[in-house]
Amino acid sequence: MTSNVLLRAEGLHREVGANSGARSIVREASFTLRSGEVVAITGASGAGKSSVLRLLNRLDAPSGGHVWLAGVETSAMDVRELRRRVGMVMQQANLFPGTVAENVGYGPALRGEALAPAALDELLRTVGLAGYAERDVAALSGGEAQRVSLARTLANRPQVLLLDEPTSALDDAAKLVVEEALLSAIKGMEGACLIVTHDAAQASRLAGRTLVMREGVLRDDTAASSAQGGNNA
Amino acid sequence: MPERWMHSQVALGLAQAMVVCALALAVAWLGHLRKLALGRETAMALVRGLLQMLAVGLVLVWLLKGAAWWSIPALAAMCATAARMAQSRLKSKAKDFANHGPNHGSQGYWLCLRAIGTGSAVVIATMALTRVIAFRSMALVPLGSMIIANSMNTCSQVLERYASDLKLNAGRVEAALALGASSAEAALPYARNATNAALIPSLNSLRSLGIVWIPGFAAGMLLTGSDPVYTAIYQFMVIAMIYAASGVTALVAASGYERVAFEGERLVGEQ
Repeated sequence: MTSNVLLRAEGLHREVGANSGARSIVREASFTLRSGEVVAITGASGAGKSSVLRLLNRLDAPSGGHVWLAGVETSAMDVRELRRRVGMVMQQANLFPGTVAENVGYGPALRGEALAPAALDELLRTVGLAGYAERDVAALSGGEAQRVSLARTLANRPQVLLLDEPTSALDDAAKLVVEEALLSAIKGMEGACLIVTHDAAQASRLAGRTLVMREGVLRDDTAASSAQGGNNA
Repeated sequence: MPERWMHSQVALGLAQAMVVCALALAVAWLGHLRKLALGRETAMALVRGLLQMLAVGLVLVWLLKGAAWWSIPALAAMCATAARMAQSRLKSKAKDFANHGPNHGSQGYWLCLRAIGTGSAVVIATMALTRVIAFRSMALVPLGSMIIANSMNTCSQVLERYASDLKLNAGRVEAALALGASSAEAALPYARNATNAALIPSLNSLRSLGIVWIPGFAAGMLLTGSDPVYTAIYQFMVIAMIYAASGVTALVAASGYERVAFEGERLVGEQ
């Protein structure tokens, strides 16, 4: 059980502001994520759910605590390599101006690689957008844009996929289509997935396990028992 | 007041200045009628501009007749003042700026001074050493001041545009960072836009030189008997120098702002 821990966070916290104005937005986050697992983090607005995700790929710097990815402490890793291996889909699609193909190929292009046409087609099929490669992203609907954002993240072949309220900006119809794309993507992944959502029903539809975050605290009962595994995975 | 300051040419100049001020104030009044709130700022700018130019006129009397090296502290002082003015313009966007960098007050000043100083110094020194500009205060100070003034405008425009574009596109920048881009790669489209936009006035000056406008001091050179062809070449050279200085300033300002806006491949101030 302990050998397949892919991501482990221990005592992660973050404070913002300085001196008397300092406040904790994440007081403590400790949890594990195993290979093949989909875990949801739920909780009230402002509980710190999204902030935890941003600490995992170091879009924000933690004030303390540790994160291990496949047994390697992430603070010792090159941040760009970490972000390639821990992919993130945000609430908004945030697509770059250009075509769908240019967006999906962005990550590989950063490493000087061109995404093969077959790989591009496969990614677009996974998210239900086959044939969209040459479309201008400015002409996409919100749901389509979010699926392009998912394909763009998957193009980096991440070991861990972080999903930050990926359907919160969509209407119900688009939400279901994006969920289908997420399920399809998760099924095709060899790694693990951590999804932040305020929607308990969505958490149960997508995730095998749900953690609840309250007032900046996220504790996973299985984390303590996996401590050894986090370091040795 | 000394008699020489009140000779007929000075009196004529003041009278002409009053006519122009009246015209500018009339424009400000029209703005006021349209609720554009231009009045106070225009009046202050006119009074300040007139007093500054009178003071500069008095300083120039001895500076331009002095040794060439006097122009070095004079140009350095102009750079320092230009940096302060560029920074104060940025303060009007303090909210945007504060979101992209801690302690931005002093950082902003040094950033502007580095950009304006580098852009101006590189071009002025190169031109003086190669004798394209005569190594005399009479040439160094007026030409240097033109270069510094244009660098100041470029610096302000680059920083304002870059700051607001980064803020407006923070989501895209973070998306790029999350995909493994470095801060330079994530910010590249916005740095490119900011530098291009800031260089448009200088580029337009180069393009339209002699067709849409003839610089004021070209007329001066012609009136003092310079060869018209040499005057034309000299004008081109001055405008090209301004463009070169603006280009260096834009690059230094953009790269400097990048170091303020990002920290360890993270966009500072975004949540």
